[in-house]
Amino acid sequence: MKRRSTERKSRTSNNREFAVITYLFVGIFISLMGYFAYFQVFRSEDFINSPYNARLNTFSEHVVRGEIRSADGKTLAQTVVGEDGSETRYYPYGNMFAHAVGYDSNGKSGIESFGNFNLLRSHAFFLEQAVNGLKGDKNQGDNIVTTLDQGLQEAAYQALGDRRGAIVALEPSTGKILTMVSKPDFDPNTIASEWDGIIADTDGDNSVLVNRATQGLYPPGSTFKILTTLEYLRENPDYQNYTHECTGSITVGSTEIHCYENSVHGTEGLEESFAKSCNTSYANIGLGLDRAAFAKFCKSLLFEEDLPIAYPYKSSRFELDAGSTDEEVAQTAIGQGKTLVTPMHMAMVTAAIANQGVLMKPYVIDHTENYKGVTVKEYAPSQYRTLLGPEEAAKMQEFLSLVVSEGTGSALSGQIYQAAGKTGSAEFSNNKGESHAWFTGYASTAEKGTIAVTVIVENGGSGSSVAVPAAKQVFDRYFGQ
Amino acid sequence: MVHLITELSKYTMIILFALYTYQCFSALRRDVDPEDQAWKFRKQVIYLYLFHLNAYAVLFLSTKNVDLLKFYLEQAAFFAAIQLCYGIFYRRASKLVVNNMCMLMCIGFVMLTRLSYDHAVKQFWIAVISAALTLLIPFSVSRVRAFRNLSWLYALLGITLLGVVAVLGAVSHGAKLSFSVAGISVQPSEFIKIIFVFFVASMFYESTEFAQVVKATAVAGLHVVILVLSRDLGAALIFFVAYMVMLYVATRKLYYFAGGLLAGAAASVVAYFLFNHVRVRVVAWQDPLAVFENEGNQISNSLFAIGTGGWFGMGLNQGMPYKIPEVKQDFIFSAISEELGGIFAICLILVCVSCFLMFLNIAMQMKDFFYKLVALGLGTIYGFQIFLSVGGDIKFIPSTGVTLPLVSYGGSSLLSTLIIFAVIQGLYLMRERALEEEERRPKRGRAARLEAEGRAGGGAPEREKAPKKRAGKRKGRIKSHEKTIHGTKVQDIE
Repeated sequence: MKRRSTERKSRTSNNREFAVITYLFVGIFISLMGYFAYFQVFRSEDFINSPYNARLNTFSEHVVRGEIRSADGKTLAQTVVGEDGSETRYYPYGNMFAHAVGYDSNGKSGIESFGNFNLLRSHAFFLEQAVNGLKGDKNQGDNIVTTLDQGLQEAAYQALGDRRGAIVALEPSTGKILTMVSKPDFDPNTIASEWDGIIADTDGDNSVLVNRATQGLYPPGSTFKILTTLEYLRENPDYQNYTHECTGSITVGSTEIHCYENSVHGTEGLEESFAKSCNTSYANIGLGLDRAAFAKFCKSLLFEEDLPIAYPYKSSRFELDAGSTDEEVAQTAIGQGKTLVTPMHMAMVTAAIANQGVLMKPYVIDHTENYKGVTVKEYAPSQYRTLLGPEEAAKMQEFLSLVVSEGTGSALSGQIYQAAGKTGSAEFSNNKGESHAWFTGYASTAEKGTIAVTVIVENGGSGSSVAVPAAKQVFDRYFGQ
Repeated sequence: MVHLITELSKYTMIILFALYTYQCFSALRRDVDPEDQAWKFRKQVIYLYLFHLNAYAVLFLSTKNVDLLKFYLEQAAFFAAIQLCYGIFYRRASKLVVNNMCMLMCIGFVMLTRLSYDHAVKQFWIAVISAALTLLIPFSVSRVRAFRNLSWLYALLGITLLGVVAVLGAVSHGAKLSFSVAGISVQPSEFIKIIFVFFVASMFYESTEFAQVVKATAVAGLHVVILVLSRDLGAALIFFVAYMVMLYVATRKLYYFAGGLLAGAAASVVAYFLFNHVRVRVVAWQDPLAVFENEGNQISNSLFAIGTGGWFGMGLNQGMPYKIPEVKQDFIFSAISEELGGIFAICLILVCVSCFLMFLNIAMQMKDFFYKLVALGLGTIYGFQIFLSVGGDIKFIPSTGVTLPLVSYGGSSLLSTLIIFAVIQGLYLMRERALEEEERRPKRGRAARLEAEGRAGGGAPEREKAPKKRAGKRKGRIKSHEKTIHGTKVQDIE
């Protein structure tokens, strides 16, 4: 008996190592298949939607491209199938959504580009798909429902009139892109026939295909004082004691910096300097800042960084460093110098301030649904990054409110909504009379929540007289005046 | 109409292959009687032919290439010939391994025909010749006993060939892998890996003393170093892992295994900093889209294919697998996943896993320690190559440029894999004969069993020697819970 049991033991342990190896490999194969499944379910869309992926074009042989809709139920783009089976992409609002929705001939842009995969997939009922397959008919592709509000887009579109520039509206609590207008624009319905002319027009001022909201780099002018102020608050907890005697101009090195339209602001504290947008005071503040820390701070607010948006964009520029000259620092502090920013980036910074420092990732596709309206996939709001501490954000909210209550944004005071924001008049050439008009700010009511709006009007003049009224039209429409 | 057939075939081919795969594993169950067993394998053959017919019907309809009809019939005859030869000459071979071998080659032919008809034809005739050549292997393995005595010859042969390739070999794709003999490009590392397994097995069969381990490790290390220097990272990894596994099982010392893997990890880090071609692979793996224009192109295209194909695939001839560089060799899995679907691709992995399990199964059943190690080594090589190939294609691990055995294009890879399968079949034959003799004399205990083994091994003089060396390991009886399956016996793991 004893002998038998030892035999048995030696025999089982004889194969133990084989069993270990077998289990090890089975484990490896299971993780391999697990990763494959994970890729198919969670990661594949990043690759499928890549513009490098040539496969998507063949989808249209079997699917009728789906519609793009606004959040308020309007059709922004649809494919009309003629009796002979010919397909035409139709944009009912023409130029109004040219950059936000994009075009679908001579290449693709906007939602037509990054939503391409969604539009070319069909989640129609499978039996219907089978019948279509039998008959050789195409399936109806899925629809994209956007976060864009057609009414608000229309208000922004009209507010900009026939001037060049851009308007962006975000919902700070979610990151929804409510409005995105860029001018000059084009009619996506007729772009195919006008293509050669558009391409031939090499005048940089026209460039109608450029989405100025995300690709237009502008000097920020006085709107940049938001960042200068935030950095000053970080470096000087006793900012309450700041005073400056404004004489209308200040000389830094060989440069003389003036206040806008040569105003003289007299003795002022930090709040007043901000509200009145006093250039001499801010040049003075800038000279006192730690240059390296300032650069680091701007980087943390996404200057020289990637933006989390689906639209093609340019990264904002901020070129100050520890070795910069006083002149550069003074210019940068007031938003001139080499700093450049996109309207979308400015809107994101503003939205983060309005949202207690937290930047929500901007998004424009709310959900996709099959052509019968059954939801296929929802895109939930997501936090991108905390840009500011809650106290910093609250303090900046106070400063921005002062601009409306007693400063350059006073046209927005006394409304049914509480508005706050910062104006800017950014010089972009050596001609002192010319400037881009900026406004970036937000407004809220108890019922409708908060909306952040950024306006740039190229060569529009002063922010307070041009950009603020445009923003007001958007606010008025949103809050239903 | 053509579109409809293509669309429907997507699903029928997935169903046929899924049924086939199911039988691979249902055949592994212990409580099936031999007749059911045989029926399961016949069903597998039916699924294979239906899948093959379905796939070529789609290929023909979508290309209208009349040559495909002839090609289809030739392939069908080829599979029938293999089934017939094994049925007649090797009745006791593992039917599952035969079926899997045919199925994997069948999928390879279908995909290669879709990618490039000319290459598919070339691959087919290589397969015919290789299958004919390897038909004798099971017989010789089960009869010739001298394979275990040639350890230093194996080492000499392996090192010399690898060295020659490294020095003289043609530079192909940044790696010195092949040389041409009479116009045929041969990739020696594909064959040396088999010789290598025989080398390691014969070394450890002789002894597992420390001195012997040192000798074996030195020679194995030399193989790996030459492969790394000739930039064949995939093969270097395969050799390394096969050696570590065999060392661990032969010596039963876990710390050898753990220590070896740690040393391997350290060597990988060193290689990363030392060699640019290693860094390139890692960069492409980390974020392929960011380096799309250069390093990331291949893996990005692979992922476009897999992702766009989704679970059900685009249908044969409906995708763009030809956009992937080297798709016929290293990225055939991505092409299959794109056109035949993710479910099909998972089933393909499972069929490969079932082959691997059959290899390890025979390793555990053999009583001859030499062949136990051979089966283990070949199984490890096969299994790890599947992992490297598929894992690289789906970006689970950095790509190492390894073929998918029996499926990918490439004569050396095909022939060497067929040799491996044939050796395994030889072991099944040996095992089966030993069992039969045992059953004939069930009660006579140790002496009879030893004799049976002696005969199985073939050489009478060995009778005394072998049992002495492995005393205590060959005494065990067949346990009561061992069950007969697919004409052979499987015992419990543990």
